[in-house]
Amino acid sequence: MNGIHDMGGMQDMGPIKYENNEPVFHATWEGRVYAMSAAVTATRKLRLGLRPPIENLSAAEYLRMTYYELWLTSLTERLVASGLVTRAELESGRAAPGSTKAAVAVSPAGAVAAIFQVPARREESVTPRFQAGQPVRARNINPVTHTRLPRYARGRVGTIYRDHGVFGFMDTNAYGLSDKPQHLYSVRFSARELWGEQAAPQDSVFVDLYDDHLEHA
Amino acid sequence: MDTSRRDFLTGAATVAGIAASGDVAHAEDHHQELPSDVALRVKSLESLLVEKGIVDSAALDALVDAYEHKIGPRNGARVVARAWVDPAYKQRLLANGTAAIAELGYGGSNGVDLRVLENSATVHNLVVCTLCSCYIWAILGLPPVWYKSAPYRSRAIIDPRGVLSEFGTVLPENVEVRVWDSTAEQRYLVLPEPPAGTEGLSEEALAALVTRDAMIGVAKVTPPQTGGRG
Repeated sequence: MNGIHDMGGMQDMGPIKYENNEPVFHATWEGRVYAMSAAVTATRKLRLGLRPPIENLSAAEYLRMTYYELWLTSLTERLVASGLVTRAELESGRAAPGSTKAAVAVSPAGAVAAIFQVPARREESVTPRFQAGQPVRARNINPVTHTRLPRYARGRVGTIYRDHGVFGFMDTNAYGLSDKPQHLYSVRFSARELWGEQAAPQDSVFVDLYDDHLEHA
Repeated sequence: MDTSRRDFLTGAATVAGIAASGDVAHAEDHHQELPSDVALRVKSLESLLVEKGIVDSAALDALVDAYEHKIGPRNGARVVARAWVDPAYKQRLLANGTAAIAELGYGGSNGVDLRVLENSATVHNLVVCTLCSCYIWAILGLPPVWYKSAPYRSRAIIDPRGVLSEFGTVLPENVEVRVWDSTAEQRYLVLPEPPAGTEGLSEEALAALVTRDAMIGVAKVTPPQTGGRG
């Protein structure tokens, strides 16, 4: 989706606000939101990825909300979309009378272990469409759904720098749709290809893109 | 902070659950002290999820504790310091970051896929996630707010030298800048250059110099006497 989240290359977002000795969480609720998201994800019962609900917010809402407010919005939408809670339950804060207890909660040890289990790499053997050193063009696609191909790279020509191997395709699996295992590459674009003459000639930008994002150049 | 107001809001929170009266919503302005609307909503959501058997509050405590006390930039600093003192380890780290951090007990068998990017006198690497907040959580912990913010995400990719100078990192013009946009599930860690004059230091003393910012690539590691931030 060509939403505000896809902000690489925008120039009027203000100064970077640096905080010395920044705490991990700025309020207790932030930690609880993070932890609930992680613990619910660890149940493997969610059928929607973290980002689609966030990317569906209006630009004004997206920029107004803090990071963990975005996560909270996403978590509630994912819980509802996955059939784990209803909107009525979210409003009342209580389980609906007669509703069954899910008993899917992961243990403390299981939840912490899951931090390190990022099941993105796939064991399937898939033939890569491209080889290191090959020139490629990022496809000019404008889906209204989630995509990991940022706007600034679309239509631009780069070079395959490295084949990372086979990964699940997040453009589709974020919706619980087909996982479409395929090769993920580090694609190197010269900064001038992306930004023109203002960029230093020796600088470059590396973007991780999937087979489905690329075409021969 | 006005105590009666805090008492009122705490009482309101208890009685009304997630109800957002005008006063409670206004409390967002004072979120350090007052239960804000969002804090009440989060509390309500947690009790619902516990009641429904979807989460265990003890698991939430364990996750918060892990990030507040166990997983954080000190882990990454240990990896960097080891690479500085042990050339064979550095080779393994650059060849296969995932396996090399596992040697020090970080990550996991089904863990993050890590690539390590080496900074030098001629190449400077910088990591960003323009679309969201991807970051090497396993050894740096959760990312700082600025890393997840619109100003950094939007500009790091188009004006890395300008962004670096805002962090006090001014690079010679002939240095090659490589910006890595973490758009997928491949994670990146910058291996900074060891600062001059630290050749005799122990691995532990070196690790104490390594900052989170240097491992993202927005800063260099400075020698002990000049200090640094982050």
